[in-house]
Amino acid sequence: MRSFIEAHGLVKKYGKVVALDGFDLSIDEGTVVGLLGPNGAGKTTVVSILSTLLVPDAGSASVGGIDVLQSPKEVRRRIGLSGQFAAVDEYLTGFENLDMIGRLYHLGKEPSRSRARELLAQFDLADAADRPVKTYSGGMRRRLDLAGALVAAPPILFLDEPTTGLDPRSRIQLWSVIRELVSHGSTLLLTTQYLEEADQLADDIIVIDHGKEIAHGTSDELKSQVGGERIEVSIRHDASIRDAVQSLTQHASGTIHVDERTRSLVVPILGGAATLTAALRSLDADGIGLNDVGLRRPTLDDVFLALTGHTSGDTDQADAERQEA
Amino acid sequence: MIKQIRLAFADGSVIAKRNVIKIVRVPEVLVFVLISPIMFVGLFAFVFGGSIDIPGGSYREFLMGGIFAQTVIFGATFTGAGLADDMQKGIINRFRSLPMSQSAVVFGRTASDVVYNVLSLIIMALTGLLVGWRIHNGVINAVFAFALLLFFAYAFSWIMALVGLSVPSVEVINNASFIVIFPLTFIANTFVPSDNLPGPLKTFAEWNPVSSLTQAVRELFGNIPLGTPEPTAWPLQNPVIYTLIWSAIILAIFVPLSVRRYRRAAAKS
Ligand SMILES: Nc1ncnc2c1ncn2[C@@H]1O[C@H](COP(=O)(O)OP(=O)(O)O)[C@@H](O)[C@H]1O
Ligand SMILES: [Mg+2]
Repeated sequence: MRSFIEAHGLVKKYGKVVALDGFDLSIDEGTVVGLLGPNGAGKTTVVSILSTLLVPDAGSASVGGIDVLQSPKEVRRRIGLSGQFAAVDEYLTGFENLDMIGRLYHLGKEPSRSRARELLAQFDLADAADRPVKTYSGGMRRRLDLAGALVAAPPILFLDEPTTGLDPRSRIQLWSVIRELVSHGSTLLLTTQYLEEADQLADDIIVIDHGKEIAHGTSDELKSQVGGERIEVSIRHDASIRDAVQSLTQHASGTIHVDERTRSLVVPILGGAATLTAALRSLDADGIGLNDVGLRRPTLDDVFLALTGHTSGDTDQADAERQEA
Repeated sequence: MIKQIRLAFADGSVIAKRNVIKIVRVPEVLVFVLISPIMFVGLFAFVFGGSIDIPGGSYREFLMGGIFAQTVIFGATFTGAGLADDMQKGIINRFRSLPMSQSAVVFGRTASDVVYNVLSLIIMALTGLLVGWRIHNGVINAVFAFALLLFFAYAFSWIMALVGLSVPSVEVINNASFIVIFPLTFIANTFVPSDNLPGPLKTFAEWNPVSSLTQAVRELFGNIPLGTPEPTAWPLQNPVIYTLIWSAIILAIFVPLSVRRYRRAAAKS
């Protein structure tokens, strides 16, 4: 069976910059796939090609079984897009924005209006519905933009960095909206710079860097490759390092890494805060003094370090090196 | 095919409606569409209108045709600036991801500018009546004069549409449009009869469609002072036909060019 969203060998160059360098993708119907990568990795380029905004230099893509390059208009009928930058009209009200989108999907006058009202209520924007978008906060704009992608209740959704730039509260709010959406069976491709976000929302994660897939798997699979959660402990006295290792072994899910010079231990674990609490009890019972302790969850940087040997922050430098080469 | 045209029309009017809403939301638009026409008519009427005597007529009335023509042509700047602005805002990506007619953004923009011009014309006419301008040739001719102004301005707005889609920023459009529009509206019979201009400028003015538009409007309103010598240049002897020919030629060239340019520009980003 063909997958619902498919791309083969996508290449896109901007002058010397290679935005996509032979990118493949395959998404099953009704699943959520997270495209995870640092700034400049090529995420927006992938989304733009799949949503018919951009023609690739090479490669092919289909969405819902329809060829993106041959029948862009057919594809547009089936997709909803919320781009990296909110695509809303500042001078129109929230209602006017959504109503306009409904009319341009050819839903008809009355259905457009009632759909707009329904979405504004669903996205907690009913009170602001008749104010110009100019007066909206960043989070409100984002929600309105997302609502815009849903006007025609499309079976396929593309969300490009939906929570970048939002405060933690708005981010968590938006996560629950997105979860609600996909619970109705939409197929979703979501891009993000945050491993945590991909972890929260996606069934499957594709890690992209320099326009190429560098890893692919479920969040658990990636984490086990990367090292998952771990406790970092800094021991007060040199003498108790050995005891500490012994005390923590029972809680570790893998090998404990010891740095004698800084008296710090890195303990891979499962079970998050509960395991951390248990580990602290053991250390306390054994009378081991600590300078510092912390629970670390893997970040995008860790993923990159594990997969490529450099952190995502290094990419600018890597770019520079590539240019010179 | 019929269905496609119907949808393109519907999409264009959705976009046009969006632009019309902005008249009351964007102060710059409001000032340009509603306030500046009052100032134009007022200033010209009192600064120039009173200072020049025309035997057998009123210079103030003579001026109105020129002010009408100049204002609706300046209105085309909006088409260019509006499109340039749209192309740079995120909203264009929304439009491009929708199953709408791809030329609706351009058609909707030029259509909404007709609405802008209708409003400007109404305000100018009312202000004109207030300062002593009169229609002497009957209502039907007057309606035809307004229609001719709107039609030529509509055609002209497609030139500015192409410019707006081709420039990198809104600021450029303002400069570019002044370079085009100022000579076009001043080397003409808008404010002084073209007979008084020196050699080459006189020829330019006689064949300038802004002159024929102004001449046509003056004739239709009955604002040509008695005893004014008959124009010698063909365009000014047949101003309505000459203006319509120009409008048709402009539309035939610039509609396809602008639509193609929009598709290119839209596909690029
Ligand atoms: N219009 C453009 N012109 C030139 N370079 C571009 C353009 N769009 C993207 N790029 C470059 O292509 C690469 C990938 O960009 P993008 O897909 O936007 O990455 P991401 O969305 O992952 O941040 C980057 O190096 C970016 O600078
Ligand atoms: Mg991006």
